[in-house]
Amino acid sequence: MADAILAEGLVKRYGAVVALDGLDLAVPEGTIMGLLGPNGAGKTTAVRVLTTLLEFDGGNASVAGLDVVKGARELRRKIGLSGQYAAVDENLTGFENLDMVGRLYHLGKQPSRDRARELLERFDLVEAADRPVKGYSGGMRRRLDLAAALVAKPVVLFLDEPTTGLDPRSRLGMWDVIEELVAGGTTVLLTTQYLEEADRLADKIAVIDHGRVIAEGTSDQLKAQVGGERLELTVASARDVALTKAALAPLAIADISVDERGNHVIVPVSGGADVLVEAVRLLDGEAIKVLDVGLRRPTLDDVFLTLTGRAAEEDLTDGESGA
Amino acid sequence: MNGFVEALADGAVVAKRNLIKVKRVPDLIVFSTLSPIMFVLLFAYVFGSAIEIPGINYREFLMAGIFAQTVLFGATITGTGLAEDMQKGIIDRFRSLPIARSAVLIGRTTSDLVNNVIVIVVMSVTGLIVGWRIHSSFLEALAGFGLLLLFAYAVSWGMAVVGLAVRSPEVVNNASFIVIFPLTFIANTFVGTTNLPGPLKAFAEWNPISAVTQAARELFGNTSPQFPPPDVWPLKHSVVASVVWSVVILALFVPLAIRQYRKAVAR
Repeated sequence: MADAILAEGLVKRYGAVVALDGLDLAVPEGTIMGLLGPNGAGKTTAVRVLTTLLEFDGGNASVAGLDVVKGARELRRKIGLSGQYAAVDENLTGFENLDMVGRLYHLGKQPSRDRARELLERFDLVEAADRPVKGYSGGMRRRLDLAAALVAKPVVLFLDEPTTGLDPRSRLGMWDVIEELVAGGTTVLLTTQYLEEADRLADKIAVIDHGRVIAEGTSDQLKAQVGGERLELTVASARDVALTKAALAPLAIADISVDERGNHVIVPVSGGADVLVEAVRLLDGEAIKVLDVGLRRPTLDDVFLTLTGRAAEEDLTDGESGA
Repeated sequence: MNGFVEALADGAVVAKRNLIKVKRVPDLIVFSTLSPIMFVLLFAYVFGSAIEIPGINYREFLMAGIFAQTVLFGATITGTGLAEDMQKGIIDRFRSLPIARSAVLIGRTTSDLVNNVIVIVVMSVTGLIVGWRIHSSFLEALAGFGLLLLFAYAVSWGMAVVGLAVRSPEVVNNASFIVIFPLTFIANTFVGTTNLPGPLKAFAEWNPISAVTQAARELFGNTSPQFPPPDVWPLKHSVVASVVWSVVILALFVPLAIRQYRKAVAR
């Protein structure tokens, strides 16, 4: 399969600040790549470069087989961009927004109108279609923005933090819409700071930090990097901690760690739910009183923490914007 | 050539979008016409009672100056409009579309020109009410309005550069006020320039706004033989000078604005 997006050693500097520091990326046709990283990691900069909006200082990139510099004009016909801030005109109605974009893609008068109506229907905006966007909710604006990115049926779609700032319900709605889209074969580059979002939507995830990719793979591969499952238990009394440790030793695939103060025991295991049942049986046999027990799989939060030594959301208050 | 026609067509789509805003937010046009109406009334009745221009009613003398000042302020909308679109990410959307780099700017300046036409109509009516009359032929009067609009259109492109560079509509507003307000006052817009102190007088005589005002005055037939313009080239040949100024401003700022747009990145 050919790569719909290919970036090699992209470098972008803003004065002394290095926004992209040799970014490599390859997204096969028809797949979703999640670009995951905290604010200021370089996600938006990467999207701007790949969508021809930003000149860069080094490396090269092609999208849909076209060089982003030499083929920029032609490339813009083939891509759709839906940004972090819904770039729709508040004073225009939903229909007028989409119709304008259609006209600027040179679809022609009638086809442009038809396409606008079609998208409004698909994105559940028919009722609001002829009202100015000013009165739309945040979720509706994002849907309209995404619709605008789809007007010319792009082969590659860039979604820059499509759900940032949305309430949970609107976010779920957006996810449904995006999933439906990709089922149609569009290649998508999705940036997000939400691990859950990348986990759910992306075929492959590139973790990006300080302008470069620090890990890449499927969600499962990345999770495997930080280790498999673990059993987490909280026992009723401190005396039981040692007993628990001894009882569960046969199940552990690595060292059991203990937090004495919290009466907390963590046992690395493999084998899924069966292990959990076995553990409960063993503890019951020893008459150990367990307050809480659970099988935990690593989340992408764990992945990020392991890879960068800090939590993904930690950087959110960083002053570095626009990256 | 084909590309140019396409840029114009795309510009028309963008202009239409901007004009829808004028329709939806009528406050904009109300306020951009209220201040010139206020100026006409203030100058006509307050200053007009103190300023004497030999051989002509001050209100007739005044109108060309107010027209020039107002269309210049009208041109600043280009800057604020673009800065606002930058801020909201709409320029990013436009820049991701397969359109000419000039299309958005053509659209913006065109809609602002239409805006200025509306403002001029409102002001003309106000002027006629307070006693302003056109004493020239219909064609000359039309040429007078055309010249005012041409000059404002050229300034629009200059404001586009400012708007794309500054990125904040409020700053564009303040910055343009600081520049345009004195520019329109150190000129022949409201008073004769003869009694101004030396350096100001020279500035006023060569100020493009003076040339445009003088040209409009002549084309409307609002001049007085007892009050001839100072003997400097741009005021003796004010129509030619106005056209030359407009062309020079366009030649300078059209390429600059397009360059700025190409590099414009929001936030």
